[in-house]
Amino acid sequence: MSAVATTPPGLARRLRGNPTTWAGIIIVLLVVAAALSASWIWPVDPLEQNIADRLMAPSAEHPLGTDSYGRDVLSRLLHAARISLAIGALAIALAMILGSAIGIAAGYIGGWFDTVVSSLLDVLLSFPTLLLGLMVVAMLGPSIENLVLAIALTELAPFARVARAPTIALKERDFIEAGRALGFSDLRLVAVHIVPNLLSEVVVVASLWLATAIRTEASLSFIGLGVKPPTATWGGMIREGFENILDAPWLAVAPGLAILVTVLGLNLAGDGLRDAVDPKVRRD
Amino acid sequence: MLGYLVRRLLFAIPTLFLAMTAVFVLARVVPGDPALVILGDQASAEALAALRERLGLDRPLLAQYFEFLGGIARGDLGTSLVTGKAVWAELWSVLPYTIELTLAAILIGVILGVPLGAYAAVHRNRMPDMLTRLLSLAGLSFPAFVSAILLLLAFSIHLQWFPVISAPKVDDPLDRLRHLALPALNIGLIMTAYVTRVARSSMLNVLNEDYVRTARAKGIGSLAVLWRHALRNALIPVATVVGLYLGTMIGNSVLTEIVFNRPGLGKLILGALNLRDYTMLQGLMVFFAGFIVLANAATDIAYGLIDPRVRYQ
Repeated sequence: MSAVATTPPGLARRLRGNPTTWAGIIIVLLVVAAALSASWIWPVDPLEQNIADRLMAPSAEHPLGTDSYGRDVLSRLLHAARISLAIGALAIALAMILGSAIGIAAGYIGGWFDTVVSSLLDVLLSFPTLLLGLMVVAMLGPSIENLVLAIALTELAPFARVARAPTIALKERDFIEAGRALGFSDLRLVAVHIVPNLLSEVVVVASLWLATAIRTEASLSFIGLGVKPPTATWGGMIREGFENILDAPWLAVAPGLAILVTVLGLNLAGDGLRDAVDPKVRRD
Repeated sequence: MLGYLVRRLLFAIPTLFLAMTAVFVLARVVPGDPALVILGDQASAEALAALRERLGLDRPLLAQYFEFLGGIARGDLGTSLVTGKAVWAELWSVLPYTIELTLAAILIGVILGVPLGAYAAVHRNRMPDMLTRLLSLAGLSFPAFVSAILLLLAFSIHLQWFPVISAPKVDDPLDRLRHLALPALNIGLIMTAYVTRVARSSMLNVLNEDYVRTARAKGIGSLAVLWRHALRNALIPVATVVGLYLGTMIGNSVLTEIVFNRPGLGKLILGALNLRDYTMLQGLMVFFAGFIVLANAATDIAYGLIDPRVRYQ
C-alpha cells in the first residue's frame, strides 16, 4: 500500500471491457431509479390497509399479492427501497467521513496515538458487524438515526485502515515537507495534499461496503431492531412476511430477492471498481 | 515456537482490555441511563431509582468501571435481570448447539470451497472459473436469513425432507443430525462462497511461483503438482480467512437460528432483546468480545504453526 493511489488513467476503458461490472452498475441504477420513482411506477399507497383483501396471492391488481393487513406488497417493496437504500447510503457516508478522519489522524500523528487507535480498530474490525450493530441499536433504541449511527460504527474500521496506510507514506513525501517549511498548518496539509490522494481508494471501499451496510440494515430490521412499523423496509417486510410463511411465502420471498439483487449488483460493481483501481490486480 | 506463542498471548491482553472498555462504554455510557432503556419512558421515578440502585448505576462511573473489570477478571459475566440465573449458566446451556452448527458449517465451507477454488484457478478465465466466481459472489450477497428462508421453504415446507422447527432431541444422534442439516447447509454455503474466492486467488498466486514451474519441468504429473506443491501452500491464506470469518459466522448463525427456530446464542440474544434483559446483553457482549479477541490470537498462532516464517517477524 505504499503506492499513492490516484484514479488511474483509462479507468473507464478498463471498466468497459468488464461486462459483469457493468451488469452490476446497471442493476444498482435500476434499483435506485425504481426507488426514486416508486409512486409513479406503481401509484398505490404502501400504508393503506384493507383487511378484507389480506394475504392475497399475486394477481393483476396486486402483482406481488397483499400482506396480513391487506397492503399492496409491490408498493411497499418500492417504497421500502427508498428507506433501505437511504439508510445504507447515509451510514456509509458517515462511516467514510469518520473512518477516514480517524485513519488519517492515526497515520499523520503516529506514535502511541497510532498504536492505540490501530489496536482499537483491529478489535472493531474483528467484532461481528451484526452483533455490534445489534448491541448499539439495543442500547440507543430503534430509530432511523440510531440505525444509521450503528451501521456507520460497524463499518468505520475498513475506511480507517484504508486511509491510514497511505497517509503514513504520504507524510514523508517532499511536498508535505515543503508545505511544512512554508508554514502551512497541519489541517491545510491534510486537507489539500493528503485527502485528494486517498479519495479513490476510499470511494472504492465505500462501494464495496455499501452492500454490507444494506445487508446489515435488513438483518437488524429482520431481528426487530429496524425502523418502526408501519414504515416499510425490506428487512421489516421479511420479518412480517415470515410470520405468514406457510400461507403466503411471497411476502418474505419478494423483499428477500430485492435485497439479494441489490446487494449482488453492488458487489459486482464494487468488485469491478476495485480491480480497476488496484494496480496489483491490473498488472496480471 | 513457544516464544511466539507467549508473545502472541501477551499481546492479546491489552487488546482484551481495550475490547472490554469498549463494551463498558457501549453499555453504560452510550445509553445515558440504562434504567430508562430497560423500563421505558413510562416508568415512574421510584421504579427507575430502585433499578439504578439494584444495578449499581447510582455510583460513580469509575467505580462501576472497576467493578465491571473485576467481575470479568473473576470470570463473572453477571446475572440475567429476567431469570436471575448467571449469564454463564444460560450461555453453557445453549453453547453446544451453536458450536455444533458452526463446526458443521466450517466443514461444509472448507470441503466444498477449497476444491472449487482450486478448480476455478486451474481453469482461470474459462467457463468453470467465470461460473464459480459469479456463484461465489452471489453466495456472498445472500443475507443469511434470506437464504435460510429459501432453504426452509424449499426443503422443509415444500419437500418436507427436514423439520420446520429445529429443536432436536439431545440423546438421538440421527435426529440431531436431521435438525442440524439445513441450518448448517445455510451457513456452510455462504462460507463456501468466501472460501472459494480466497482459495482461488491464493491458488492463482501459488501457481505462478517458480517451485511449481520447477515441479512441472521435472515431469511430475499435474495432479501431483497441484496436490503436493500448490494446494498445500495455497491453504495458508484459507486458514486465516476461516479464522477472520468467525465473526461474520457468529452473526450468520444468529440469523439462521432465528429462522430455523433452533436453540443457540441467536435465540438467547433475541430473547434478551425482547425482554430488555440489559445485564444479559452486556454479559453476552463481554463473552463475544473476549471470544473474538482469543479467536484472533488462535488464528495467528495457527498461522505460525503452518508457516514458520510468521514466527520470526
